[in-house]
Amino acid sequence: MRGIFDRWTRRVVAALFTLGLFSASPSVVAAGLLDEPLARLHADSFPETTKAIEEIARSGAPEAETLLRAMVDRRLLFDASSKTVVVKDASDKFLDARTLKPLASPPAALSPVRINNRLRGLIDAELGTLALVSPDRTRRFEAADALFRSRKASDLKAVEQAIAREKDGAIATALRKAHSAIQLARDDASLSDKLAAVGELAAFTDTDTLGLLNQTLASAQQPELRTSLEAAITRIEHQRQLLAGVQNVIYGLSLGSVLLLAAIGLAITFGVMGVINMAHGEMVMLGAYTTFVVQEAFRAWAPAAFDFSLLVAIPLAFVFTGLVGIAIERGIIRFLYGRPLETLLATWGVSLVLQQAVRTTFGPTNREVGNPSFMSGGFEVFGVSITWGRLWIIVFTLLVFAGLQLVLRATRLGLEMRAVTQNRRMAGSMGIRSARVDALTFGLGSGIAGIAGVALSQIDNVSPNLGQSYIVDSFMVVVFGGVGNLWGTFVSAFALGIANKLLEPVAGAVLAKIFILVLLILFIQKRPRGLFALKGRAVEA
Amino acid sequence: MITKLLVDSLDRRATLFLGFLGLILVAVPLLNLWVPEGSAFHVPTYLVSLLGKYVCFAVLALSLDLVWGYCGILSLGHGAFFALGGYAMGMYLMRQIGSRGVYAHPTLPDFMVFLNWKELPIFWYGFGSFPYALLMIVAVPGVLAFAFGWLAFRSRVAGVYLSIITQALTYALMLAFFRNDMGLGGNNGLTDFKDIVGFPVQAQGTRAVLFMLSVALLGMSFLLARILVTSAFGKVLVAIRDVESRTRFLGYRVENYKLVVFTVSAMLAGLAGALYVPQVGIINPSEFAPANSIEAVIWVAVGGRGTLIGAAVGAFVVNLLKSVFTTGALAAYWLFVLGGLFILVTLALPKGIVGTLEDLVAAKRKRIEERDRRGAVPELAE
Repeated sequence: MRGIFDRWTRRVVAALFTLGLFSASPSVVAAGLLDEPLARLHADSFPETTKAIEEIARSGAPEAETLLRAMVDRRLLFDASSKTVVVKDASDKFLDARTLKPLASPPAALSPVRINNRLRGLIDAELGTLALVSPDRTRRFEAADALFRSRKASDLKAVEQAIAREKDGAIATALRKAHSAIQLARDDASLSDKLAAVGELAAFTDTDTLGLLNQTLASAQQPELRTSLEAAITRIEHQRQLLAGVQNVIYGLSLGSVLLLAAIGLAITFGVMGVINMAHGEMVMLGAYTTFVVQEAFRAWAPAAFDFSLLVAIPLAFVFTGLVGIAIERGIIRFLYGRPLETLLATWGVSLVLQQAVRTTFGPTNREVGNPSFMSGGFEVFGVSITWGRLWIIVFTLLVFAGLQLVLRATRLGLEMRAVTQNRRMAGSMGIRSARVDALTFGLGSGIAGIAGVALSQIDNVSPNLGQSYIVDSFMVVVFGGVGNLWGTFVSAFALGIANKLLEPVAGAVLAKIFILVLLILFIQKRPRGLFALKGRAVEA
Repeated sequence: MITKLLVDSLDRRATLFLGFLGLILVAVPLLNLWVPEGSAFHVPTYLVSLLGKYVCFAVLALSLDLVWGYCGILSLGHGAFFALGGYAMGMYLMRQIGSRGVYAHPTLPDFMVFLNWKELPIFWYGFGSFPYALLMIVAVPGVLAFAFGWLAFRSRVAGVYLSIITQALTYALMLAFFRNDMGLGGNNGLTDFKDIVGFPVQAQGTRAVLFMLSVALLGMSFLLARILVTSAFGKVLVAIRDVESRTRFLGYRVENYKLVVFTVSAMLAGLAGALYVPQVGIINPSEFAPANSIEAVIWVAVGGRGTLIGAAVGAFVVNLLKSVFTTGALAAYWLFVLGGLFILVTLALPKGIVGTLEDLVAAKRKRIEERDRRGAVPELAE
């Protein structure tokens, strides 16, 4: 318990230091640390200077690096009589060595601290390992990584000391990795040391480690070492394949969520209502353009609150595209119920008109839609990288799906929708105004396409052609999943997404897509009504 | 027997249509070649090619009407068969270039030299010969349609599902043809043609002949389609369109009927594509775009499905509108017009131009008949 507490206090303190909140105190603390070694320099003897160098390097003071570099460049000067040590900076100003603050009255008789080649080598080595004791976590990490790459036998001791000192788990691991790499590279390491090093390195999966092991294998003599190296290499390669697989599955989930998002509105209009809405893609596009307009408004009037633009865009896109959808249903589609092929043509016409309307209003080129800060960047888990944007889209998709299920299962409107789609006349006899329900259902499907557009504007180009690129895919997803079945759409979107991404490394992006399309065409032959087909009388209707 | 089929297939309207085709077959080339330039009756060469293009589209529309209008199969991928025929012709024309390409390679087309290919891929073999190319123009779309239809109709994929998988088919083909590795020119497709069976493709005379061939193809396709739909076979097709399950219960093998008509239709589309390519001078993967196939469907819908003549009329009218609108200041409004046309036709003119005219004529005839019947009763003197 106490250890954890300690570690946290250190981190907080380190963070505060870096933030400069304690701007006055660090020099006080550090000055105390440096007093003794600096005093040794007054003696002007090599043994004392040697000790001073080691002590400065170990002090952990932020000034240590500057001091050592100054010493190499003979810019570290001292005056034995007034017991001061000063640093002459690049612009020939004199700074107090303890605080690195300019000195008001530098002593008159200054002479440089003398060093010889042996000391120079010592300083170089200390500088290399100095970063290992830096209070800054990132710098320690970089230092460990640099040591792994340089693999100098001379660093071995410093690394061992650093391992003993290090409290941070990730850095300790990086240090042990560097230690093992040095052991492997060192000529006079014992066989057992080397074997232990190989065992340690086999736990990593990066290309550098793999390269190092392969390189060592090429020159390794002892049979035991060779077998253990070979085993480690196979293990790492195996691990890497597994990781690549996991990464592809994650890409697949991401693609699947995009597919689901694009198809989910269609699953309502096509799947539930049986309307082949070729203008579905344009609803997605309208949603994306709504995002663009909202963001322009934010840029103009509230640039500080830009991160909230998407939150505003989502309901607006839903309402706007929903209204457009209702208008289309009332104006065109309701005259065409029961004539699916005609509906297809009329909605295709609608899609052309909408595309051209957007092209005339916003121009034919891509419009820039920004990512809010919480959507940019990424992180890594167990060597698998995930971007925040994709993760949010997966989460968003699941939320939309859950919300839709809730609407269909738990609201009056949902009940009426299901009733009308199951048996229109019976529902009418029960007093449900089926015409109104049709309009609202179509509006709901279109509205969901609109919020899909908000999400897709984050990862795709917002152009009048945006919808076109999703329409074929969306239909595939709905048909594959089984018309009239939202869960079917859910399963099929993720299945297609993952299958596509798993095929991509083998076949290339375009071939993978073609392959999936061909598989789908064949699948439809086997199960003409999709994965989860509706059964019963509704089927032939 | 064939004469009987022919005679049966030709009603007054069909004869008129064929007569009209015969007229333009002769008139347009005459007005182009023999009437001097500057005369009011001269038809410029570009117009001949443009009309030839429309005629090819009319054949495509006709083939689509055969499956959609008479058998209820709405194919959203007929553009694929058209493009495949076009590619087969394109490959023949590429081989005719010989060493006159930019890189002057004796056997390889320019794009292969550019991609550093060493030898001709196997599927290009034989395209140097015109009869072989002609065979492929019909066989490739035919075999694809047969294989596709064999699978789809047997497992009773029908209605919108079929429409959607035909769309997937043409989409997949488009993606495939866009790839350079496909060996068919990738993005740029096949172009820079020089000769067709020894005649330069750009020449005025060649263009006139290509136009005449296109019109002849339209006439023959029309005749073939008429024979098909007026025969007993055609009656079954219409039965399938109207009530598929009842037709099946009556003992007809629905899938075989569909397969035959689908394959024939794909072959016609392939031929149309083959004549289209030398007249426009290029074939590229965008011909496979699903939007093109859907546009072909609207030609049929505008003209009137299930009338054959309507398909040709629709293709002509819509493409004429397109040519008018996409050149000049109106270009920005073309999609409004096309989209509006889709909506208007499906809502207001569900039978298309020809179908609506037919109705008008029938109504008039009925009125006349009724008047005649009433005419038997002496009218009151005024």
